[in-house]
Amino acid sequence: MESILVLTHADENGTALTKASLEAVTAGKELAARLGAELTIGIVATHANDAVAQVAGAGAKLLAVQGEPYAQARFASDAAACEALWRAAQAMIVLAPHSSRFARVMAAVAYRVGGAIDTHVTAISETEDVEATRWFYRQRIEAVLARTTRPWFLLLDAGTHAPSASEASQAHVDEIAIAVELPPLRTEAMGMRAPKQNQQTIRPDAKLLFVAGAGWTKKQPDGQVHVEEAGKLILDFLAASGASLGSSKSLVDQGGEGNSVLPFLTHLNQVGQTGSTPRHPKGLATCCHGEEPHVVGWRFIGERRAVSLDPNCGWTRGKADVVYIADAFKVMARVNELLAG
Amino acid sequence: MPHPLHIVVCAGIVPDPLQTLEPTTTPGGPGIKNEMVLPAVLDPWAASALYEAANLAARIPGSKLWLVSLGPKAKLQQVMMTIAQKVAFELVPVDGPIGGFPDAQATAAALTEAIGAIPGLDRSKLLLFGGWESASRGAGVTLQLVGERLGITDQFQGVDQIELRDDGSFEVLERVEGGKHQVSVCAGAPAVLGWATGNLPEPRNNPQVGMANMRTIMPALQKAKTIALAADGLRYVNVSLPKQQRTTRVEKNMTPDEIAAEIAAWIGAE
Repeated sequence: MESILVLTHADENGTALTKASLEAVTAGKELAARLGAELTIGIVATHANDAVAQVAGAGAKLLAVQGEPYAQARFASDAAACEALWRAAQAMIVLAPHSSRFARVMAAVAYRVGGAIDTHVTAISETEDVEATRWFYRQRIEAVLARTTRPWFLLLDAGTHAPSASEASQAHVDEIAIAVELPPLRTEAMGMRAPKQNQQTIRPDAKLLFVAGAGWTKKQPDGQVHVEEAGKLILDFLAASGASLGSSKSLVDQGGEGNSVLPFLTHLNQVGQTGSTPRHPKGLATCCHGEEPHVVGWRFIGERRAVSLDPNCGWTRGKADVVYIADAFKVMARVNELLAG
Repeated sequence: MPHPLHIVVCAGIVPDPLQTLEPTTTPGGPGIKNEMVLPAVLDPWAASALYEAANLAARIPGSKLWLVSLGPKAKLQQVMMTIAQKVAFELVPVDGPIGGFPDAQATAAALTEAIGAIPGLDRSKLLLFGGWESASRGAGVTLQLVGERLGITDQFQGVDQIELRDDGSFEVLERVEGGKHQVSVCAGAPAVLGWATGNLPEPRNNPQVGMANMRTIMPALQKAKTIALAADGLRYVNVSLPKQQRTTRVEKNMTPDEIAAEIAAWIGAE
């Protein structure tokens, strides 16, 4: 019989579980119910009390690793913590969020305990066997796979399950704490640094992804480039709509080629083949050709619209729901007026 | 002056991103139709790692740079004709399967063996570089597994910047959620760095660098060890292209005001 361990971790404050961790708890509860398997939830936190309270009502056995070393996301300490939690649980299936913190360590943990790992899992099939769905070639090919190797670690992409709701219950951390033998720690996390830009434009929880393509910095009908105006239109729109800003590679790359650029764009904004694959309910592309290397980053965008001057752009070929053939400068200026009004 | 480094870059080859990909079944499992004849490139994020590594190796006297790449010999040769013109490196080729479907654990085992056999590699000076994810499997686990197999306990993924210090330590910026970077300071080599985009542009082609590289690349390719990758309990139930093809409404005659009104209403709708 399968047994399931859900590995979770606390947020930057070190106490409450991250949203992605709570999503993994939901996946674990669903899978355990379907397979009739024993469920264990492992927690990595600085102080585990709050995190334990969040999942104490989940009907699972709880284990926790807590202490100052886990205030930092660091390979050596996080891998040791996850390994200790697995050794305490000895589960055959391990679910965990595909967060930057766990993605950094979980393959190594799987190797240490003789297991296998698959990442960026978007679904776990509802069959008698455990089958995982993930994408290959940057979201261009979808595959369902299974493994006979146990333990099998599955890192779940964010947004694939609803976060587990807190159920009021009590558990004592002292009774579930796991001791960890840490290796020498040669790395120290010094904190977070936001990219050099006027404001934070990447908003993973936004309902709308707004993508700016290279056309914003090209010559306009008057023969001139209008980078400043483009920048203002885009930032005004982000402020009014709360959207997250994405970009095509070609626009971000212009900065390295000495061309006019939008100063608030970095490689972190890049969506597509060599960028991110964000999840938002809606996406609006502007001045972007909609070529395949960019559009693969839109795989998990729900409703898609585009504003482009090119009636033959990629968006018109089944990649968007609506394409407006128009000047994005004029359209977005008017959209901003409407949103402000 | 920072300490000399031995930098090993692991980089696979992938189909050119502009190519249309169609899955097919091969005797060895799933694959890409006509994959051997599709134009190939060095994996983009791993290429960033190579350019960053070459920059470090050039700046720090006494440093060395190896490029370890697994793929069919013919495809490796094709890609190296381009890459060899950009930066100086010593190629360590492994003749094996191409593509994203072979198991990452088996790939990591093969790469670890190849790295372990590099003559003169000083593991106390080792920085193991690669892309944080490939453009084929995209799992982000191969480099981590190689590091673990080599016993390296300092690993960083989604790296955009490294700053070496005179005492051998370095500061590293890793991508984390929400468009931020985590700043960490590591005591020094050995360490694993899975690169994201980095900060360097693609170097211009330099025929002199290319000629110097090719003098060692061609003999290395001829001597490349041929390996097979075990499936190790991995079974593909289904491999397919996404079926989602949208019915696109193309509006050519709406005024900017009409479009703006429609977009604003759409944004506001639940």
